Amino acid sequence: MVEKTMTITDETGVHARPATVLVNKAGNFESDINLEYNGKSVNLKSIMGVMSLGIPKDAEIKVTAEGSDEEEALQTIVDTIKNEGLGE
Amino acid sequence: MNSIKGIAASSGIAIAKAYKLEVPELTFDKKNIENPDAEIKRLDDALSVSKQELEIIKENARKSLGDEHAEIFSAHLLVLSDPEMINPIKDKIKSENVNAEAALDETANMFIDMFKNMDNEYMRERAADIQDVTKRVMAHLLKVTFPDPALIDEEVVIVAEDLTPSDTAQLNKQFVKGFTTNIGGRTSHSAIMARSLEIPAVVGTKNITNTAEKDTLVIVDGIDGEVIVDPGEKQLAAYKQKQADFEEQKQEWAKLKDEPTKTADGEHVELVANIGTPDDVAGVVNNGGEGVGLYRTEFLYMGKSELPTEEEQYEAYKSVLEQMGDKPVVVRTLDIGGDKELSYLDLPKELNPFLGFRAIRLCLERDDIFRTQLRALLRASTSGNLKIMFPMIATLDEFRQAKAILLEEKENLTNGGTEVSDDIEIGIMVEIPSTAVIARQFAKEVDFFSIGTNDLIQYTMAADRMNERVSYLYQPYNPSILNLVNNVIEAAHAEGKWAGMCGEMAGDSIAIPILLGLGLDEFSMSATSILPARTQIKDLSKQDLASFKDKLLSMNTAEEVEQFIREKTNQ
Repeated sequence: MVEKTMTITDETGVHARPATVLVNKAGNFESDINLEYNGKSVNLKSIMGVMSLGIPKDAEIKVTAEGSDEEEALQTIVDTIKNEGLGE
Repeated sequence: MNSIKGIAASSGIAIAKAYKLEVPELTFDKKNIENPDAEIKRLDDALSVSKQELEIIKENARKSLGDEHAEIFSAHLLVLSDPEMINPIKDKIKSENVNAEAALDETANMFIDMFKNMDNEYMRERAADIQDVTKRVMAHLLKVTFPDPALIDEEVVIVAEDLTPSDTAQLNKQFVKGFTTNIGGRTSHSAIMARSLEIPAVVGTKNITNTAEKDTLVIVDGIDGEVIVDPGEKQLAAYKQKQADFEEQKQEWAKLKDEPTKTADGEHVELVANIGTPDDVAGVVNNGGEGVGLYRTEFLYMGKSELPTEEEQYEAYKSVLEQMGDKPVVVRTLDIGGDKELSYLDLPKELNPFLGFRAIRLCLERDDIFRTQLRALLRASTSGNLKIMFPMIATLDEFRQAKAILLEEKENLTNGGTEVSDDIEIGIMVEIPSTAVIARQFAKEVDFFSIGTNDLIQYTMAADRMNERVSYLYQPYNPSILNLVNNVIEAAHAEGKWAGMCGEMAGDSIAIPILLGLGLDEFSMSATSILPARTQIKDLSKQDLASFKDKLLSMNTAEEVEQFIREKTNQ
């Protein structure tokens, strides 16, 4: 399993649009990908899971991936978060 | 009696069968089933049809409203493939041997409750998204039609309780010949949209959804505000004639398309249009508008999950300015708050939203939002003839603050090497009586006034224009309103400035002669009202009308004013 901790910098937190992009990206991988915030972990392939976390600005989040393509999956999610201006 | 009275919201005659935009009955019985695999197959089929429909809706939204608007449907689509939602439904079918309807309903409700109980307004609204999507799937499971304006592919008249902005955005003019609703008035959103789409509409019929059954023939008379359900042969023939006459009349009006607006005694006034999006400009040009008198920028902010970026706004403003060439474009800065909410700003609920934290009041406090918009406007200013106005100005101090921020942003841009036009007029909306009363003081500092009558009337008469029980107080011809309007026009002229009007009143055939007589310089209205107004003005003498001014201003009631004008102008 691989993981990466990041901080959300977007003014509005993880809202519908970036969440949609993230879930779409996650759906392309075999691995189980999870998103953790505030002690709760959800499936990153689930839009409702991601939205239910209600992640605000300045939140510390952890992305984990486990499976055959875990390295690539994690890298893609981390890149997407950066490219979307969501966090760093 | 098959004729129902309503409010004429957009002129013209539409004749077509009724398409009812109502969510169908979605009740079901919870049942035990024998074959879970067959049940799961039913669910998968319903999901797949729903996804196909959403793809079409998304594509339509993208075309008519742009990528940002279409995003919401991407989220809807993801809900339908969400493993956390779909797997529990399938598990339920298998482990509890229940039908797909029950499994879907119970699982979706769990999520809906979860979102409803979140402490963030934005998240609470997502519950509605899940509800929407679930209803569509449920309809397919139950084999009932789920109505969708985007999926219409034959000529119809839409019959609905009300139309939401996203409903109207999806109307395809090729098939949707007109619409009629139970609620709404001339200034409600659906009415404004109907005029910009140029399709006949009658709103506020109270009970058309109960009267018009699916597929019955319906006539929408947007000229006299009537809806005829299942017309007899004679009636139908009469309305076909009326429709043909109206088309002919339109041809007649069209002759004045490229003419300037001149009164019988040779005085020129400007007839300009109200718009909401860059797409509306085509209608302005087709209807011979001499400019844009009110560009409502709110649509850039609505129906989204976050604030529009400076770049996005810049592109929209530039597009409008370029399309209008050297003709004036008056842009109103953000008028949000009150009844027009933006969920992502998470503003507290107010008891009296129309008297609350809205428009310039909000912009001066959240100047980050305001400055972004001003920068986008200033950058676009070199693309055409831009004028900027601030909404809901109540005190001179508010205007000074807003103007100072504008000038500050202008200086920042110029210092940074960005080119900004040097002759941008800066004006205000006059919609609060306090401002109309001391217009003389304002006139020394503003470049122009634009009188927003919809709000000015509701604030002067202290009558909520959305409240049907006090709608009799919405009196544009009341001498109190005319005196305020006159005060504003006189104040402007005393300082060599101009005064316009951008409420519904500016396109009204009774108000036009009055306003001409008071000396109004610019009339801003729905694009489709421009040619009829130009035709009317051609036969009016400004000098004659001006001679009635003192008499009108000293009249006692709105009825007296209306009767007098009707007599003088043969209406």
